[in-house]
Amino acid sequence: MLHSETLIYALLGLPLVASLGVLLLRKWPNLRDGQAVLIGLLTAACAIEFFARGADGTSLTLLAMTPSLSISFTPEPLGLLFALVAGCLWPLATVYTISYLRGVHEDNQTRFMFFYAIAIHAAMAIALSGNLLTLFVFYEILTFSTYPLVTHKGTEDARQAGRVYLGILVASSVVFLLFGIIGVWVIAGTLDFTAGGILAGKIDPIYVPFLLGLFAFGIGKAALMPLHRWLPAAMVAPTPVSALLHAVAVVKAGVFTVLKVAIYIFGLDFLTSTGASEWLIIVASFSILAASIVALRKTNLKARLAYSTVSQLGYIVLGAALASPLAASGAALHIATHAAGKITLFFCAGAIYVAHHLSDIKDMDGLGRRMPITYGAFALAALSIIGVPPLGGAWSKFMLMGGALDGQHMLVLVVLMVSSLLNLVYLGEIVLRGFFAPAKAGSVADGGYAEAPWACVVPLCITALISILLFFSVDFFILSFTG
Amino acid sequence: MTSLLAQWNYFLVIILMMLGFYAVIARGNMVKKMIGLNIFQTSVFMLYISMGKVSNGTAPILTGDSSTVYSNPLPHVLILTAIVVGVATTAVGYALIIRIQESFNTIEDDEIIELMDDDEAASEGRAS
Amino acid sequence: MMHHLPILQVIVPLLAAPLIALLRGREIAWLATFIVTGVTFVISLLLYYQVSESGARLVYDLGGWAAPLGIVYVIDAASALVLPIVTGIGFVVTLAARHLVTAEIDQRDHALFFTAWLLTIAGMLGQVTTGDAFNIFVFLEISSLSAYALVAMGAGRDRRALPAAFNYLILGTVGATFYVIGLGLLYMLTGTLNLDDLAVRLADIEQTRAAYMAMAFIALGLFLKMALFPLHFWLVPAYSFAPSAVAALMAATATKVSVYVLVRLMFGVFGIGFVGISEGLGTVLLTLGIIGAFVGTLAAIIETDLKKLFAQSSIAQLGYMAIGIGIMTPAGLAAAFIHLFNHALMKGALFLAIGVIGAQTGRATMRTIEGAGRQIPMTMTAILFGGLALIGVPLTAGFISKLYLIRALLESDFWVLAGLTFVSSALALAYVWKIVEAAWLKPRPEGAPDLYETPMMWLPAWLLVIATIGFGIFASPLINGAVQAAAVFFGGQS
Repeated sequence: MLHSETLIYALLGLPLVASLGVLLLRKWPNLRDGQAVLIGLLTAACAIEFFARGADGTSLTLLAMTPSLSISFTPEPLGLLFALVAGCLWPLATVYTISYLRGVHEDNQTRFMFFYAIAIHAAMAIALSGNLLTLFVFYEILTFSTYPLVTHKGTEDARQAGRVYLGILVASSVVFLLFGIIGVWVIAGTLDFTAGGILAGKIDPIYVPFLLGLFAFGIGKAALMPLHRWLPAAMVAPTPVSALLHAVAVVKAGVFTVLKVAIYIFGLDFLTSTGASEWLIIVASFSILAASIVALRKTNLKARLAYSTVSQLGYIVLGAALASPLAASGAALHIATHAAGKITLFFCAGAIYVAHHLSDIKDMDGLGRRMPITYGAFALAALSIIGVPPLGGAWSKFMLMGGALDGQHMLVLVVLMVSSLLNLVYLGEIVLRGFFAPAKAGSVADGGYAEAPWACVVPLCITALISILLFFSVDFFILSFTG
Repeated sequence: MTSLLAQWNYFLVIILMMLGFYAVIARGNMVKKMIGLNIFQTSVFMLYISMGKVSNGTAPILTGDSSTVYSNPLPHVLILTAIVVGVATTAVGYALIIRIQESFNTIEDDEIIELMDDDEAASEGRAS
Repeated sequence: MMHHLPILQVIVPLLAAPLIALLRGREIAWLATFIVTGVTFVISLLLYYQVSESGARLVYDLGGWAAPLGIVYVIDAASALVLPIVTGIGFVVTLAARHLVTAEIDQRDHALFFTAWLLTIAGMLGQVTTGDAFNIFVFLEISSLSAYALVAMGAGRDRRALPAAFNYLILGTVGATFYVIGLGLLYMLTGTLNLDDLAVRLADIEQTRAAYMAMAFIALGLFLKMALFPLHFWLVPAYSFAPSAVAALMAATATKVSVYVLVRLMFGVFGIGFVGISEGLGTVLLTLGIIGAFVGTLAAIIETDLKKLFAQSSIAQLGYMAIGIGIMTPAGLAAAFIHLFNHALMKGALFLAIGVIGAQTGRATMRTIEGAGRQIPMTMTAILFGGLALIGVPLTAGFISKLYLIRALLESDFWVLAGLTFVSSALALAYVWKIVEAAWLKPRPEGAPDLYETPMMWLPAWLLVIATIGFGIFASPLINGAVQAAAVFFGGQS
């Protein structure tokens, strides 16, 4: 029987071990990548074990910077869910990454693998963090460790994108988020995540919306409009990075932080009783719809998926803003279901690029017939994102709607429905074109069966299956938040 | 009115101070700047010295007579130090002016600024 | 022996300086300087240890004459905190001076260079140690005069060092003279120059216009010396044309000592109860501080010469210290001390690392560092870490500074000012990242000279980088020290 503390150390330490291994074994690419996958699987096992066991209130203080500030880790259900998502998708993403990097002959593979593992380490630390300071420290580490990944190609485009990426994420976090954190520190005298929040009764309700705004816009990784620009900009990166950014680590760290702050710093009851989050409902709704409409107009596959992500992240922020227990559970579940769905979509986009070097949707007419497995997985994942049973996405959307009903937010119901329709249009188009449109003569899409290498295809099949699995075993993933 | 006139020493100090300060700010010639600086400093010396004067006081050398009124010697001592510092400053300043004359062939502020801009352009050109 | 430490702190470098002028041979001059700075560093650590252990202040009567007749040297929690910064930075920079000075200064001048070097350090230590207001002026001039000479020594590489040094001399002397004027007025009012005695007698007399004028003159003179916006124009040319080692020493310590003297005079002598302090000085410092933070940061963003860039950033960072002082609470003053300490470490590391480049290429510009990340990785990584600390990234000392500064602001309900401080510190990202992109993301241009580094070259910068990270993680000792230092000036209040 493993001790909870051991599991915390394992989840934090294993990715670091993997990154060190990558550095040490850089001369032997097969060993280097093999150990990363093995350690990834081990991490996944630990994450599953920990999630299944649940939080038992263990707290681990790694480092006391000053008496009132420390780097400490206190797992709780939401954090364990995020750790589970990151932990399980990491080995799959690693297999896929290896195959992708070798398939398109990227340079500097060691550097890439190294920072990939560091990013996962940071994501794990964010998931398990026991106070806002710890969360902030690793939030920044995550930003800086993904910067070399985004600018991996080293071209002027990549530099430009890197500037936007870093500029928005760091500026928003050091201006607003840190402001909010120090504000909480001054007001509440503590930064520890506590069930039910730490602010109730300590702050004049008039100021709560402002404080919430500092967090909502300070957490740039949640890509709430208008701070979403970094996400499409980062699309210049190799596709595995996009998968990492969108599904596993970065954006999920963002929305996870929003949820965690809403639940454990403000407290759901406090938010509803003060009505402080009403404005955030509107902003999140706007973000959902506007991003969907932009996605419709994009013909670059990755750009369209990026805006789809912005829109989907809006759901999770919306869940936090609705501040009812049901909506919060739905938002938490959406972290998992969207992760599985979106990583599949990006894997598919990458597979198409590896196999045929296509990135524009208009060139993909008929491609589905050449890559039936990839397109089949894409279709499943798309349906999950849209929210069609029997796929995981259906549950989370359903619960969000329930949450909206609880709070009598009829307009939100409309927003959710319209957005589902828009999802259907912009994701459905890709699937329909792939399977049914006639291939243009002489285009790449014209030809026989031609899938990407198996190491690309297998991970995306697995993640697509996870989407189905999420529908049937959803009990396991629903967290309940009271108050 | 009498009280104002009685403080004529302060007016003198202020006039000198402003004269010196004006020369430091407004003159482009570095030697004139230094002269202005000296006048400025001297005005401060006079401020100190005049404050040490006690009415009807004599030079602070012990006379043995307990009824003698002495002027305050401490400001003199302080200003002795300050004069030394001032001389040192002047020496460093003129040394710099000589070096500037040697390298720039001028000691006019605006001409030096132009030459410095040329240097900047030249070093940029070298780097590219 | 232990009893004499306060005077040894100053007298060792002061007496060593003329002796070194007699030494011939550059290695021996450097070695002697290195040993002397090492000794002063040890002395300052011993003093810090003594003061923090006993909690008492050490008073040393010069020549056995007790205050207020004699001159006393006083080591309390505040001066004990600042001394190790000056001596520690001086020690590390002297270590680096070995290769920097060899590269940049004519061999015949080495002994004289190190003489002026030690005099500057001795002057700064004297300002911090002494308990006599006029003594502060004397030490101020000792350190300034030798600093003018040091800056002018940059003329061997770039003649523009001479006008830079001259302007520095003019403004420095004006600043010092303002200080003396203020002091004269104080002396007329109180008849004493001992700092403690001044505080006692000022509390008794009426708060007259003469007292306000004294305060204003002293503050103005010290604003000039600490390069507070808008009196900062001497600083950028002086730092950028000075030899690299001098730039590192001055950027890390010189303005900090002036900040300390300002605090010592304003809080230690006039005291928070003085109306001019509580009503006037705070507002002035907060306003000038935040404007300076923006002006310095924006100027740094458009600058292409690395020395000038970080000199501009110093203007901004001094702005933060001014804000900390201007809050006028113990927490704010503690934040200012924390930042004073941390900023010395960061800027020392940055200027030393830039010196490695400057010693090879003459000037470190955005062009000369293009693609340098691969050729001199340790040096460029030191610049990266220094830059991250300036932005205030967590786990660096800069983060701790910002955390405490903002907390102090919020506790006094300066929410808008806190927001502005955040914005200006986030802008630092722009100039730091400009360097990162040039060094790592651009290829080395064709025909650019190859850069090289040896451990002796990057080690000094890395010592300070490690300290920056160390104090960013284990911040408790520094915070306690700063809180105690601030308590020195607020002790009478509570």
